[in-house]
Amino acid sequence: MNNFPILSFLTFLPILGMIIVLFLPKKQELSIKVTTLVITGLQLVLSIVLLMNFNYSAGGINDPNSFQFIEKFRWIDIPGFSWIGNIKIDYFLGVDGLSTPLVLLTAIITFIATLSSWNIDKSIKGYFIMFLLLDTGMMGVFVALDFFLFYIFWELMLLPMYFLIGIWGGPRKEYAAIKFFLYTLFGSIFILLVMIGLYFSSMETLVDGTKVFTFNLLTIMDPNNYTPYGILSPLNPNNLRLIAYIALFIGFAIKIPMFPFHTWLPDAHVEAPTAISVILAGVLLKMGTYGILRVSYPIFPEITMSLSWFIALFGMINIIYGALAAMAQKDFKKLIAYSSISHMGYVLLGMSALNTMGISGAILQMFNHGTITAMLFLIVGVIYDRAHTRDLDAFGGLGVQMPAYTGFVTIAFFAAIGLPGLSGFISEALVFLGAFGSGTTRILGIISTLGILLGAAYMLWTLQRVFLGKLNEKWKSLPDLTAREYFMLVPLTAIVIFLGVYPTPMLDLMNASVNSMVKFINNAQVFYSSLNSF
Amino acid sequence: MTETGIINISLAILFLPLLGFIVTLLLGKKIKSIYLFEVFILTVTLFAAIFVAFIKLSYYVDDRIIAEIQWFKLSETISIKLGFLIDNMTVIMLFVVALISALVHYFSIAYMKDDPRYNRYFAYLGIFTFSMNGIVLTNNILMMYIFWELVGLSSYLLIGFWFEKKSASDAGKKAFIVNRVGDIGMFAGILILFLTYNTFSFESIFHSIAAGKLPFNSDFWLTMTGILLFMGAIGKSAQFPLHVWLPDAMEGPTPVSALIHAATMVAAGVYLTIRIFGLLTADAMMFIAIIGMLSAFIPATIALTQNDIKKVLAYSTVSQLGYMVMALGIGAYKFTFFHLVAHAFFKACLFLGSGSVIYAMHHEQDIRNMGGLRKKLPLTYATFLIATLAISGIPLTSGFHSKDGILASSFAFGSLTGNWIFAIVGFLVALMTAFYMFRLVIITFHGQPRDQHKYEHAKESPFVMVMPLIVLAGLSIFIFYTPNPLNADEGWFISKWLPAPVLSAPNNTRFDFMQETAGAVTHNPSHGTITYSESYTEAMHGAHNPAMILALVLALSGMLLAYIFYQWKKINVDKLTQAIKPLYTFSLNKWYFDELYDKTFVAGTIGFSKLIGWFDAKIVDGIINGAGNLTRLLSVFTGAFDRIVIDGIVNFAAYLSGFIGLIFRRIQTGKVQTYLILVIFSIIILLFLFND
Repeated sequence: MNNFPILSFLTFLPILGMIIVLFLPKKQELSIKVTTLVITGLQLVLSIVLLMNFNYSAGGINDPNSFQFIEKFRWIDIPGFSWIGNIKIDYFLGVDGLSTPLVLLTAIITFIATLSSWNIDKSIKGYFIMFLLLDTGMMGVFVALDFFLFYIFWELMLLPMYFLIGIWGGPRKEYAAIKFFLYTLFGSIFILLVMIGLYFSSMETLVDGTKVFTFNLLTIMDPNNYTPYGILSPLNPNNLRLIAYIALFIGFAIKIPMFPFHTWLPDAHVEAPTAISVILAGVLLKMGTYGILRVSYPIFPEITMSLSWFIALFGMINIIYGALAAMAQKDFKKLIAYSSISHMGYVLLGMSALNTMGISGAILQMFNHGTITAMLFLIVGVIYDRAHTRDLDAFGGLGVQMPAYTGFVTIAFFAAIGLPGLSGFISEALVFLGAFGSGTTRILGIISTLGILLGAAYMLWTLQRVFLGKLNEKWKSLPDLTAREYFMLVPLTAIVIFLGVYPTPMLDLMNASVNSMVKFINNAQVFYSSLNSF
Repeated sequence: MTETGIINISLAILFLPLLGFIVTLLLGKKIKSIYLFEVFILTVTLFAAIFVAFIKLSYYVDDRIIAEIQWFKLSETISIKLGFLIDNMTVIMLFVVALISALVHYFSIAYMKDDPRYNRYFAYLGIFTFSMNGIVLTNNILMMYIFWELVGLSSYLLIGFWFEKKSASDAGKKAFIVNRVGDIGMFAGILILFLTYNTFSFESIFHSIAAGKLPFNSDFWLTMTGILLFMGAIGKSAQFPLHVWLPDAMEGPTPVSALIHAATMVAAGVYLTIRIFGLLTADAMMFIAIIGMLSAFIPATIALTQNDIKKVLAYSTVSQLGYMVMALGIGAYKFTFFHLVAHAFFKACLFLGSGSVIYAMHHEQDIRNMGGLRKKLPLTYATFLIATLAISGIPLTSGFHSKDGILASSFAFGSLTGNWIFAIVGFLVALMTAFYMFRLVIITFHGQPRDQHKYEHAKESPFVMVMPLIVLAGLSIFIFYTPNPLNADEGWFISKWLPAPVLSAPNNTRFDFMQETAGAVTHNPSHGTITYSESYTEAMHGAHNPAMILALVLALSGMLLAYIFYQWKKINVDKLTQAIKPLYTFSLNKWYFDELYDKTFVAGTIGFSKLIGWFDAKIVDGIINGAGNLTRLLSVFTGAFDRIVIDGIVNFAAYLSGFIGLIFRRIQTGKVQTYLILVIFSIIILLFLFND
């Protein structure tokens, strides 16, 4: 087990699948689909193997020794390149309790999204090639520990996503695809700038004693590696760390998406095919918050602390604004998209608390939102496939016509509302406990509880409009769920109920890392404030 | 039977109904008679509850059995636990819930017979019973919140059970959302408790408070914590101003109204307040008493004029819950719980009785179309009458004792603190209650039938429906609670089963009579056990007889008035209502609470959400699109600039050189003679220039 490069396999298995699909004839639609399903299935198995071999007591975060399944070797090595000097970039993968839940989430969601892609009928080969490429990009982001590599995976996702929306999307697909692409690219520029800034501010000591600039995230996190003159080095009195932090934050915030950078999301969701919406909401949004936790927090702990109130503020705005905006929607999918914005606000709020409960809640909410929102988008997909409309006012009384479907809808909706017994409750409760536990974010946390009320209001209103009341005669012949749809919804429902009743496995997975993170940030504060004193 | 045995049986009582829910729901479509499984499960649960109550009350009457397990943990110091607290109140409530639930199951077998979603209905009853048992059994506030929300879910599912009806789905939604308003407060209270005490357990929290640890180190925040937690009760027990959901909840099937919206779920709020009683300060108790008083009074005035049999009962429920809440606020701890239990039985009886009437009248609920039914439904009538006597507080019933206890407490509270408002409202509500309840009985069962057709087809309900009525009416008789028909203090229920509350709020924040030092009365009080202090016991003793006589007089007057108005028709009711038309309309329209909330909160929220929606689409996204368009516009300009200016310069340069070329081309004639002449000229000019 120790020598098996499981993370590389997890990440590049889809590329292998892509190559196979590439060589399959266009007509072999079923074998293309089956290949993808097998590949994503294998990926799921691998992620479970990863989970079973995971060491629950290793913290990770900033400590290179407690990361697990590490793969590290020199990838790019250009000696004496112009005035920059030696360029040495590592291929560096590893996971800890922060990334493992998300690796698992990615594997689950991608597998289910593959099933959901079964009814794609336009250039199937191209679709699944893009789909698999996207899979590699997502997985890569969660396992990369070198900023350069992280950035490459980050950007790698953009291209397939652009085509997946732009070609297989709805009526306004071009607009949505371009908007998504440009918006995210806009954010990426900020990330790129900060990445380069950090590169020139931190040096790694090699075995032979020479020092080289580095993209290694863990090296950058260690304040002892900063150069005295680097533009983002805290040792430099004129450093631009605050500006860099904000820039990096915006780069990540666009992906979350955080108000006011969120408007690409409803458009992208409305136009994207169901499977892509599932991936978008289930996995892609988490990259924003993951990026903040993985990169921004440990590299800029002192600024994180001083800006935590603002992070909480934006979390609160997301929660309430997203809920209110959701309430105003008439398109089912758009409503769910706005509910995602609201629910990602809980992640922001939780991580702003900078304590164990808040950060645990935030990571758990990332996982839970991933599964719940995937269910919600699948649900919208089910009805859209049948009725070819998503107008909330066009339905009514589907509860009589499609009882099994309505059962799943009820579970998903109540999970989104945060009903105890379903997974959403645990993470929301932890987020609120965390936010209330920190003096900085206390008031904002209390105001955010309004989200509990608004969430119930718009979800139940939607439930009523679509599923309750008299059956609209127009939909008298809609069939209930098919076997494939059961196959997608049942596992997600099982996860949502299981983690609602017994969240221990997921929390144990991340406890060590969360506590390392909290400890690291609070201890780092001491170091950074000592710097400011001279 | 050891304590572990009690815990294990309690576990079974908790989870059996959940099993019933899962099995009945999943197999409901396939097996037609699977509902019998749920009925069976509830019967088993009932026997288990009776057994546990018997064991606990006979052998462990003074014990508090606590069991805890870890649910999950986040670090060495933060771990979240789940657990049971089994004291006498727990086992009594378990019995009440299991009994009424089981009876409602039996009743529903006939009542819901033709429903297309028969099995699902029984499944929902199962999850409700599970959730309610969770609230009853828990030893910590977080677990209470969890089951609290699950009760909300069950209520949502059952109120909206006939969801094809818009009014039913509206009512379910309203119930859930209005409850959530209160729940937010409760949740905030829980946050404060956890932040301060790092635990959710009632026991540990009370210990810490008694040891002097207060939220944010201030009495004020202890008061606030109490009030915030109580907000949950305002929602769930339908207290003013969140009472609006309960009357609408009557959209659910009538047996459900009996189980959830009369006997058990709404009692959860009172139960919660009983559980947190120890941390309430005098200010918090005052707040609770005022809310309770308003909730007792306002719905009573509304119940006077309603014509829907279930609506009258719904408002009487709110009013009675208000009584209990007020009673807690003024320190009548034991009598609150007594009334909670007594009310659960007689109100379930009344609701099931109304169900029996509605069943017989083919889903007619308007009492103006009834009348004379006592001849057709003798058993329903008899049981309904006994329950009505109980709710009116007539001697020999349970209600007489529990209500008398509350009224005596309000009397004592008045004499101890000089604040008589609670006593005045309490007695006034007693009068109104007797009046509107007998109005209901007389119009429904006495006199002549008003709808002859329906009357003729009415017949007594089948055994499964009548049997629960008889059981519940039987439990409304005093003998189950005390051997003395005039004094409950001597009975086992009050003196043996219910211990005095343990107070942990700091002495200086309590009412005077609740302070540890407020003891000394000159002579030795020999009347019963001391609840708080000798002076309180003394005041209670003094209040007992006057309160009892006054309560009896008022209840009989209310009864008499109802007879004068509706039975003997000595006073023309129509003329009277005409005379006080504004008041009548105000009451009939329920004080316009729904209209007020619709116009303010509901319309406000929806309006605001529309504004946000517009803002998002036009402004936020507008800026993004604007930026995009601006970039495009800029690119047009850049393009034009590029084409006209930059390219223009280039082209101009080319043009210029061409033009120059054109001019100089003339010189380039290609003739040697011309060149020769030009050379000579040039030389001459150069000679001139350099000729210095």
